[in-house]
Amino acid sequence: MAELVNLTINGQAIQAEKGALLIEVARQNGMEIPAFCYYEGLTLQAACRMCLVEVEKTPKLQVGCTLPVADGMVVHTESETVRAARKGTLEFLLTNHPLDCPVCDKGGECELQDMVFRYGAGESRFTERKVHVDEQQWSPVVFFDAPRCILCYRCVRVCNEGMGVGALGVSNRGVISEIVPNHHDYLECDECGACIDICPVGALTSGSYRYQTRPWEMNHVGTICTHCGDGCRTTLGVRDDHIIRGNNRDHSGINGEFLCVKGRYAFDFVEHAERLQSPMVRNPHGEFEPTSWSKAFTAIAEAFTAAHARGGKFGVIGSNHTTNEENYFLQKFAREGFGTKNIDHHRTGDLATFFDALSGRNDALATAGDLYTAKAVLVVGADLAQQHPFLSYQARANVRHHNAHIYAVTTGPVREDNQAVASIRVPAGGELDGVESLRDKLKAEGDLVIVFGDSIQGDGVRKLVAFGDSLGIPVKYVCLVDYSNSRGAFDMGLIPRDGGMSVQQMLAAKDLDVLWVVGANPLKNAALASSNAFVIVQDLFMTETAKHAHIVLPAASAYEKNGTVTNVCGEVQKLKQAVKVMGTKTDLEIMGSIAKEMKLNLGIWLPDKVFAEIRKNVHGYDVPLPVVDTGGAAPTMPLNGRVAALPGVVQSAGDTLFTSGSMSRYSKILNAVIESPGALYGGKGR
Amino acid sequence: MTFSPKLEEKFAKMLQAYPEGRKRSAVVPMLIYAQDEVGAVTPELIDEVARRCEVPPLQVDEVVGYYSMLHRKPMGKYHVQVCTNISCLLVGGMELYEHASKKLGIGHKQVTSDGQFSLEEVECMGACSWAPAVEINYDFYHHITPEKLDQLIDGLRKAH
Repeated sequence: MAELVNLTINGQAIQAEKGALLIEVARQNGMEIPAFCYYEGLTLQAACRMCLVEVEKTPKLQVGCTLPVADGMVVHTESETVRAARKGTLEFLLTNHPLDCPVCDKGGECELQDMVFRYGAGESRFTERKVHVDEQQWSPVVFFDAPRCILCYRCVRVCNEGMGVGALGVSNRGVISEIVPNHHDYLECDECGACIDICPVGALTSGSYRYQTRPWEMNHVGTICTHCGDGCRTTLGVRDDHIIRGNNRDHSGINGEFLCVKGRYAFDFVEHAERLQSPMVRNPHGEFEPTSWSKAFTAIAEAFTAAHARGGKFGVIGSNHTTNEENYFLQKFAREGFGTKNIDHHRTGDLATFFDALSGRNDALATAGDLYTAKAVLVVGADLAQQHPFLSYQARANVRHHNAHIYAVTTGPVREDNQAVASIRVPAGGELDGVESLRDKLKAEGDLVIVFGDSIQGDGVRKLVAFGDSLGIPVKYVCLVDYSNSRGAFDMGLIPRDGGMSVQQMLAAKDLDVLWVVGANPLKNAALASSNAFVIVQDLFMTETAKHAHIVLPAASAYEKNGTVTNVCGEVQKLKQAVKVMGTKTDLEIMGSIAKEMKLNLGIWLPDKVFAEIRKNVHGYDVPLPVVDTGGAAPTMPLNGRVAALPGVVQSAGDTLFTSGSMSRYSKILNAVIESPGALYGGKGR
Repeated sequence: MTFSPKLEEKFAKMLQAYPEGRKRSAVVPMLIYAQDEVGAVTPELIDEVARRCEVPPLQVDEVVGYYSMLHRKPMGKYHVQVCTNISCLLVGGMELYEHASKKLGIGHKQVTSDGQFSLEEVECMGACSWAPAVEINYDFYHHITPEKLDQLIDGLRKAH
């Protein structure tokens, strides 16, 4: 245990770890020392002078954010002198800061505004003209209003340290200092918007949110991002049934405040003009025309019942984006309602072999938190920064805060190279040889998390796990899967086990009678062999697959429903409905209604009821309800016992930071930022 | 981008002078020496220094913006720097600067049309004991009066 020191803050006797920063010690004991430039987790800057405190026997006021606590220290954080100093600091900060709070996006949640209210520097002795610089647009999502900037360097540091991009800097000095983007007048970066959220004032503003609303006019709905599999919590700002912004300033969820461009901005697909808002059925001429829900349900139920009665061949394809409840209900529908084993989804990582290799263990799955605490992280055949930005962020933070060692074995350059103690380039298929060459180095580590992509499959997974076991240190694994509920889809049983047909086999079967596609687009790059198949598609948009359907049903997106999803690390988290899009229904309600129409008894189709059933029936999902209900992430256990090999193809879609399957095609913001040049992403890392 | 063999030798030595992994320490000296040879801190020079010191170009750009002795555009053959900080100001530094400006017909950080002279109003150059002080390129001139400045400039013009 670290050495403790005794000190007094505002008359309160406090014990703290020697060397801890005064600002942190005060906060931990419920006393706030205000600061603009100090930011937990980032390097110290000591630029704003807001955290000045009085330390007895020290002639001058001290800067609380860089002052380590010492034995016998007597500190006053709110004395008259301190308050006067802070007021003076604020007066200086306001010399060039425009008083445009009434139109500023930050108004109401501005740290500078709060401080001026608290310490009062409403009157200024400055009579000089304020320096004015026009507002600049740096990218589709980042705007900069220089006069509002108080030069706290938070954005510069979060970009450099947090994101590992380093796209922001400070040019000039003194009164004309200014934050600058890496290309003088535009940004080439991840477009994650972390700089905007971290800005204590309204200097950096968001392309989607600016001038739209006030923070107090919105409802803030914490839900899980529906794009990649990392399971970041995004707090959606909702007004009048419109999502206006996404951020996670309250640090809830596994991701803290981290979000990438998708979590922060790519919610706009919800309101895309091409959203389906009415069931569509083919008329006698073969053209789609809108119909009512009840007519659609009746037609589907009749077709399903008839096909089932004559012993027809069913194929069911589920989604990587729908909730656990929906996936569970769908496989129950297929197995119990149709009596078919032909159920699958687009599998993006070889979870089957992975779980089989880990059979019988319950400590081998790494959580997202483990990537931040492990002594070492080995990335095999994946471009984390592109495909799993949050896991990449965790590993980077681990290096910064704990001096963790990162190892990368990839076919091309990846961002992890910048921090890796060893980066190994291998030809495609040579990943395991690359891993083997690191054996001696890895053996010397305290513990290890191995993160691997879809290039490790089948026997490769077994060999990798055997390699981990042979190191003689604790090893945990993450098998990367692409989407928000790829993991849940597998766990819920959207897999062709016990001799069912895979997606590819269903599409190739000439005698398929019914194809039911829920939130997937298997016909994007493939053809359907059976010409007589009755095709039902539930989706948000008229996808390539929906165009082949007889009946298309408009589904709600993840931001429009309740339920749970499981992230890439196997952590279960709760979705919370943010908005409702007119004319749509959740996939669960659609499936329940069809079941009712078919007079099938598949149980109540309310998310909570189905989740209770999942907890009872799905191995490893007996997670503590209080954790999930309060918005926490509950780790599942890997499916214990053997898992048989599955037919079909396992392949990651190879999405980048700016894409996420079909959904990203309907996000205007993602399409806008794709056009930004990206030398950073020149080499495909996988 | 390559420099003269002499400068290359200097840079090679410079990069050895700092501890392992601290090549960024060489950014400022490299810029100032390279500026003398290239004539200005061009975008290519920024990229080159960034590459050699293993930092993002933006960080070198920040340094160039910060230090007034680094110029993005070429200055004149003779760069006349007049101090107007307190010690010089008290004994006529400002008048000296205004005189120079009138004589050369240019303002702060401007260059004469023939490219021979440029003028800069600079901060303290540590020559307070001999104020008012003027620096032309790297040479200091002490106790300067407008007359002495005229002679200096005329002399340089003739030498050319």
